Amino acid sequence: MGSYAELFIKAVFVENLALSFFLGMCTFLAVSKRIETALGLGAAVVGVQLITVPANTFLYNYVLKEGALAWAGLPDIDLSFLGLVTYIGVIAAMVQILEMLLDKYFPKLFHALGIYLPLITVNCAILGGSLFSVSRDYTMGESVVYGVGSGFGWALALVALAGIREKLKYSDVPAGLQGLGITFIIVGLMSLGFMAFAGIQL
Amino acid sequence: MSTATKRALLKPIVDDNPVTLHVLGICSALAVTTSLLPSLYMCVALTVVAALSNAAVSAIRHVLPSSIRIIVQMTIIASLVIVVDESLKAFAFETSRELSVFVGLIITNCIVLGRTESFASKNPVGLSFLDGIGNGLGYSTILILVATSRELLGAGTLLGYTIFPNAADGGWYKPNGMMLLPPSAFFVIGLIIWAVRTWKAEQVEKPEFRIHEVHRTEAL
Repeated sequence: MGSYAELFIKAVFVENLALSFFLGMCTFLAVSKRIETALGLGAAVVGVQLITVPANTFLYNYVLKEGALAWAGLPDIDLSFLGLVTYIGVIAAMVQILEMLLDKYFPKLFHALGIYLPLITVNCAILGGSLFSVSRDYTMGESVVYGVGSGFGWALALVALAGIREKLKYSDVPAGLQGLGITFIIVGLMSLGFMAFAGIQL
Repeated sequence: MSTATKRALLKPIVDDNPVTLHVLGICSALAVTTSLLPSLYMCVALTVVAALSNAAVSAIRHVLPSSIRIIVQMTIIASLVIVVDESLKAFAFETSRELSVFVGLIITNCIVLGRTESFASKNPVGLSFLDGIGNGLGYSTILILVATSRELLGAGTLLGYTIFPNAADGGWYKPNGMMLLPPSAFFVIGLIIWAVRTWKAEQVEKPEFRIHEVHRTEAL
């Protein structure tokens, strides 16, 4: 249990996908204008990560990895070059399913997310989570924890940035820095803050 | 060169830059820029993928039903990225280790999908190819600027060669370690955006909220 908790804390704070690996930046900068939308998108990302990271780790370990097809009587086959296509296919399918579920059961959230829901497909935080999980050889249990942790960390950073930007619109920013520029500087400062977590051992 | 080709090729470099104006492809622009060499590989990789996927999508634009176009585009992009990834592993193994997952993440680089979706699906093959190269160059410009300033100020070197002699080895330059850390990438891009928008004032965003200016005499 201890190692799972450690992995979770590491995925949320020390290796925050948004602030120390810069993943999912496009959506991160585009959807962080209001806290409510940020919360909705954050929840959607956690949900998608929870499913796709373990699913992709499973696929890699039992279908794609060199010798992984031994259970089917094909021990010499190495399909790992198909990895990227497979992962993105799984992610696209999951997002599609999530979209249909949200449309049916949470129509309000569905409309609030709008265009950003399909954009989760091209959110590199999602693909990045899967790629990190595969390249670090996580077991199935670890990949579930890592998926939730990394998604949660991303959502946390997104909501925090949205909070700052809601206050920021009342401040007097130099013309050239207006909008995108000042957002970059703020994310940089947040990232400095998150670096304080580096090196924490549990 | 006709005006259309020139515009497709040159406009994305400053006037219509994918990174500073459209906020596309930020992730890798930030992550791989601690030193110049991997950034150069990344620029080439992205330009190749953007140009070829633009050309491929443009070639099938008349027969592609719009309901499945995203999946088809993703498949084309993913296949091209696999080719690039495998060739990097074959010819530049050290750098490909350093870039780790970021080559794979070109798939989700919004520049590529954004251009195939907004340009290649409406324009002829040759022009789309040039547009891909142009956007690759726009992205490369920013990437090279960021990587140069980070490597130079953070380590005093460029491409591994010493430019500023290090204080630890008897030189005069004391490296600014923060430039090698993640946050500095945000600061550098923020400052580049500021510089570009001061130069090209039409890119400045309108503030959504403005506090009414009150003169001292009115307040009294």
